[in-house]
Amino acid sequence: MKARRSMLFVPGDNPAMLSTAFVYKPDSVMFDLEDAVSPREKDSARFLVFHALSLAAYKDIERVVRINRLDSEYGLKDLAVAVKGRADVVRLPKTDSAEDIRELEAHVTRLEKEYGHPTGETKLIAAIESASGVVNALTIATASPRMIAIALAGFDYLVDMQTRRSGGSEPELFYARATVLHAARAARIDAFDVAYGDVNDDEGFLREVQIAKQLGFNGKSLIHPRQVDLLHRAYAPTEKELERAKRVIAAAEAAHRNGLGVVSLDGKMIDPPVIHEAELVLSRVQVA
Amino acid sequence: MNTQVEELSKQNSQMDRLPQFAGANAQTPSLANPETKLHRKVCGSLEEAIKRSGLQDGMTISFHHGFREGDKVVNKVLDTVAKMGFKNLTLASSSLLNCHDPVIEHIKNGVITRIYSSGLRGKLGEAVSSGLLGVPVQIHSHGGRVHLIQSGELQIDVAFLGVSCCDEFGNANGSHGKLSCGSLGYAKVDAEYASTVVLLTPEIVPFPNYPASISQDRVDLIVQVDDIGDPSLIGVGAARVTKNPRELLIARRAADVIEHSGYFKDGFSMQTGSGAASTAAIRFLEERMTAKGITAGFALGGITGAIADVHKKGLIKTVVDVQSFDRDAAESLATSPAHLEISANEYANPTSKGVYVDRVDVVILSALEIDLGFNVNVITGSDGVIRGASGGHCDVAAAANLTIVVAPLVRGRIPTVVRRVATVVTPGESVDVLVTDHGIAVNPKRPEVDQLLRDAHLPVMTIEELRQRAVSLTGEPEPLEFIERIVAIVRYRDGSVIDVVRQVKN
Amino acid sequence: MKILKEAIAGTLESSDLLVKVAPNNTGTLDVVIRSEVIKQFGKQIRRVIDETLGKLEVSQGSVVVEDKGALDYAIRARVQAAVQRGAAAEDLKLEQLS
Repeated sequence: MKARRSMLFVPGDNPAMLSTAFVYKPDSVMFDLEDAVSPREKDSARFLVFHALSLAAYKDIERVVRINRLDSEYGLKDLAVAVKGRADVVRLPKTDSAEDIRELEAHVTRLEKEYGHPTGETKLIAAIESASGVVNALTIATASPRMIAIALAGFDYLVDMQTRRSGGSEPELFYARATVLHAARAARIDAFDVAYGDVNDDEGFLREVQIAKQLGFNGKSLIHPRQVDLLHRAYAPTEKELERAKRVIAAAEAAHRNGLGVVSLDGKMIDPPVIHEAELVLSRVQVA
Repeated sequence: MNTQVEELSKQNSQMDRLPQFAGANAQTPSLANPETKLHRKVCGSLEEAIKRSGLQDGMTISFHHGFREGDKVVNKVLDTVAKMGFKNLTLASSSLLNCHDPVIEHIKNGVITRIYSSGLRGKLGEAVSSGLLGVPVQIHSHGGRVHLIQSGELQIDVAFLGVSCCDEFGNANGSHGKLSCGSLGYAKVDAEYASTVVLLTPEIVPFPNYPASISQDRVDLIVQVDDIGDPSLIGVGAARVTKNPRELLIARRAADVIEHSGYFKDGFSMQTGSGAASTAAIRFLEERMTAKGITAGFALGGITGAIADVHKKGLIKTVVDVQSFDRDAAESLATSPAHLEISANEYANPTSKGVYVDRVDVVILSALEIDLGFNVNVITGSDGVIRGASGGHCDVAAAANLTIVVAPLVRGRIPTVVRRVATVVTPGESVDVLVTDHGIAVNPKRPEVDQLLRDAHLPVMTIEELRQRAVSLTGEPEPLEFIERIVAIVRYRDGSVIDVVRQVKN
Repeated sequence: MKILKEAIAGTLESSDLLVKVAPNNTGTLDVVIRSEVIKQFGKQIRRVIDETLGKLEVSQGSVVVEDKGALDYAIRARVQAAVQRGAAAEDLKLEQLS
């Protein structure tokens, strides 16, 4: 299982960042053609992202492209570049309904055929940034077998909700977070928490990470390289958790080797969810 | 009547050299006059000081670089010296920085014809690389400079030393007063060896001034000058504190290396160089020291406010300071009894009887280039132009138990790891570990360190692999082209010639 | 592709490059490169630009490049963007880009 803790946003029109983002070793890198790029530079950024997708330096990192909405003049062109450039994942902003995902999927399938790529190789992430999106979270999450995650995007969502971030315990995000999480779990895909805008506030960032982790979010959208390491450390298992996880996996492997249907550890039965959790823990081990 | 000396020499012919007493103040005439007794050293102007110093054409004048980019002494003195018509002087500043571009004019006008320095930067470096000086510049390390002075090769006739405060007899320091630069580590050596010592100070304070980093017994002349330097500019350029995430990543990785190197024990000693990543590493080391309850015995340098801060917290027992890199470090020197000022001779001179670099466990240094043999270049840029300084690099690298070099693997499009460096300043045998943002390489002569780091799951690879990664991003650079003429000689700390810099092809 | 009007792509930021294309009436392709790393990578940059223009079938016009140490992929991207803008064309076919 590969962890999906950190999704680092990289503006698609910035070669300096495109040329260096991989050194921070995020789990995923998101080349952004949407909000980070001004309308005048959308065309130029598309070329940069197309080429950046083929850089060998990114080969061990999941490459995501955030396209513009399909009803904009840019969306389909962005999508063509993402698919031709063999991005691992396409992230659709402002997903309001399952129909948005189905429409995207249809285009992706068409483009994969056109370029001779295996159908289904391009995965999808839906970013939910509105009340509608939250309300439709479950149908969005299950709209396509290509869906691998849903991400909550805090800023636009709160604008839509006619409120703003309060800092502290943030009741204004509670429902959206809970809904997105439940949808993700029911659909058996990953869930990403909101981006944290104040890059100089490490303490505030880590407080929010703790909340997200405790709620069960797999990871978080990140807007600055220094957040990557902070996040990975916060998600790293303790010695105790790691030990237990290793023993669970060892027991599962032993049972499998011996052809046993039931896995047991210390006299207790180990259910599949526990094994799954152990795999998750191991995927989050922080290497320097 | 016979004098005693005449009588003495009759009895013993070898005694005729002794002088006969000729009055209480025969040899100290200034004592005869109450004015001159006390105030004889103070000059009314820089011109007067220069006149009285006995400076002549062809002599060697020296300076220290305690004010780094904020220095104003070199330019001021050279302007005055030039106006007074002096020619053919040797400029021996402990280092030269970007603010010293005006030296170019003095070279063009024949005022300066030779240079000894730890480094050259900015337009001056470019000019020298393009062949401006008739004679190659002598590039030396901080320790090596003292050796050159002691060996007699570098004979300083007049030293012009900027100090923050001094009394009218010359007891001076750099740590007290409005324009303070902290440690006068380099200046102390010049004060010791120069034939004539001139102090430039914005504040002449009541006698006796203390602490006396430079003592009255070494000082000839004093002149009050309003502006000897800008302390706010010391901590810029090489010595700045960074927020750059890449430099921070490298700094953290360097701290990880130290933590797992086998040298991270209570009482260990450390040094960080002047690059951004190396000065940032102290923050990450502090976290680990706190976590493991480890206190450092001493920190040597090149001292930054960050080190002074960790010292204040009690995690570094003693701070040993040959140069203060910023205001906070200068303040710590003035206020903490365990923050010591040392001279360059006590710091790094290989022929001194005891140097602090010999006692360092781990040091973090920077590099412009490093090659497959771990040789380091800190003096010429990727275009072959002189833009850096030898500094204390080869001194501490030779002596420390573990020498770590930090650098981004690629700077823009320029690979840091190359097949062969353009200029060798520190030989590969003195370098143990290279830490970059892409990974870590360990010198094959330290297999035990390599194993320790791999066991700690740090990203260790060969230096060849690192070079490959760099080249796969940037492409293979064309080799630099030079013409034969040598424009600078790189002197290793023992005075030997380790490399030369040739004129760039234009 | 034919360059029909003046166009610019890119910036003078570190690791980027500024590409200016313009039509000329000499019928030749004139490429001028200024780069921070001209000594070490001048030939390589030239090669990448020629190759990129070749794939786009640009055979005449003036191309002026001010490079701040950009990697090859960024050079390709900025040249392609400038040509597309200068040709005022439909978007370039993706097959011509790599």
